[in-house]
Amino acid sequence: MKYRSVFDIIGPVMIGPSSSHTAGAARIGRIARSLFGRQPKWADISFYGSFAKTYRGHGTDVAIVGGLLDFDTFDERIINSVKIAKAAGMKIKFTEEDAVTDHPNTVRITTGDEKSELELVGISIGGGKVEIIELNGFELKLSGHHPAILVVHDDRFGAIAAVSKILAKHEINIGHMEVSRKEKGKQALMTIEVDQNIDDKVLKEVEQLQNITQVTKIVD
Amino acid sequence: MFRNVAELVELATSQSKKISEIMIEQEVSVTGRSREDILSNMDRNLLVMEQAVEKGIKGVKSHSGLTGGDAVLLQQYIEKGNFLSGETILDAVSKAVATNEVNAAMGTICATPTAGSAGVVPGTLFAVKNKLNPTREEMVAFLFTAGAFGFVVANNASISGAAGGCQAEVGSASGMAAAAIVEMAGGTPEQSAQAMAITLKNMLGLVCDPVAGLVEVPCVKRNAMGAANAMVAADMALAGITSRIPCDEVIDAMYKIGQTMPSALRETAQGGLAATPTGRELEAKIFGMSLDKRD
Repeated sequence: MKYRSVFDIIGPVMIGPSSSHTAGAARIGRIARSLFGRQPKWADISFYGSFAKTYRGHGTDVAIVGGLLDFDTFDERIINSVKIAKAAGMKIKFTEEDAVTDHPNTVRITTGDEKSELELVGISIGGGKVEIIELNGFELKLSGHHPAILVVHDDRFGAIAAVSKILAKHEINIGHMEVSRKEKGKQALMTIEVDQNIDDKVLKEVEQLQNITQVTKIVD
Repeated sequence: MFRNVAELVELATSQSKKISEIMIEQEVSVTGRSREDILSNMDRNLLVMEQAVEKGIKGVKSHSGLTGGDAVLLQQYIEKGNFLSGETILDAVSKAVATNEVNAAMGTICATPTAGSAGVVPGTLFAVKNKLNPTREEMVAFLFTAGAFGFVVANNASISGAAGGCQAEVGSASGMAAAAIVEMAGGTPEQSAQAMAITLKNMLGLVCDPVAGLVEVPCVKRNAMGAANAMVAADMALAGITSRIPCDEVIDAMYKIGQTMPSALRETAQGGLAATPTGRELEAKIFGMSLDKRD
């Protein structure tokens, strides 16, 4: 079931005009912000399908930037987010792509600062609900509706067990988990959706494990 | 967890509960949130809807200038008393329009199930309120019933115009509203399902063709007619009229129609009203050029 809560249907409370093209876009931007962990210095935003054709009229552009600035769907600052981002020194570029994607409302965000970069692909599936389907080249499925941790690791036996053992020790329940890899034996990504926000201490512990390259979290 | 309308009606009927109650109980069990928390969350959403209607009825204008002010015109017309259809139905239409005019003006609304279709459910709710004098709890229940039907559509078909056309947005909203009106008026869960089926059948095939890609033309007036459709279908179901095609099959038909709908008619502003000479002219005026020629 794609939709689990009645508030996916009666909600979100949001700034108009479109739940998929405005609220959903803001949520995708905010997930990118949450995964990046701080305010980025630049962002390249590429729109596909219906997003590419209608983003101006729907405020999809200001919504994504609003999300990158950590604004929620009902935050009226979204309307002026591009100006706010510019004033904060953030460089923004929008591109309309012709490529046909599986979902009509698709956006690719590449964002970063002098220290690091992040690239994700998000889709807005209707009523403000979104999914992240690609992160730094890994395929995944992340709703952003639950806290989650993302673990980049070497594709070796025992890596998954070691991570889940630490979560179990801290009494953290896993709601949904997925593993994706680009190539056998190379880098892989664990996407773990959990029931509560995870302490940075736990993330550090995971990061110190063998075969683990990077750990990021997404908060509720 | 109910997966379709038949299961939803069966759950409600066998336990002698209202659909809204089944939805509340499921929300408690799925999310683990307390009943109190869930009810107060919905009450907050209701308040947002109320404020949007109040704002729209006073008159708003969108940035493009394409929409705004129609809710006011209709309220003034109702006051004169010479209307032909009916006061409750016109009130519902005007309040649906009010909500969507606020949405188009980038105001704050509650998506039901989407922003482009956000007028239908509150429009009918606040009109029926004047007729039935419900308690605040019953108004909150109205939203849970609407949500229950929307939940089934979202999981078995789609509530996105880009994926399924306007039938998936205003069509879904209209069906959800009809089912909720029936419950508030004292109808059975089965009658709610019939109202949803009758409503949605009359929305099948409706395309999503927004002029200039804006959620304005024809969205605002589609919400108006969505509200009217919901009101009439609710009355039909309460009169005992049933749909020959069961509600779940209508939802499935809507899904399949959406899948075969060309992309030009699914929120890309490339077909339908968006591609009319006037549609293109308005688009050029707003953006300085046509979306069509920009490729």
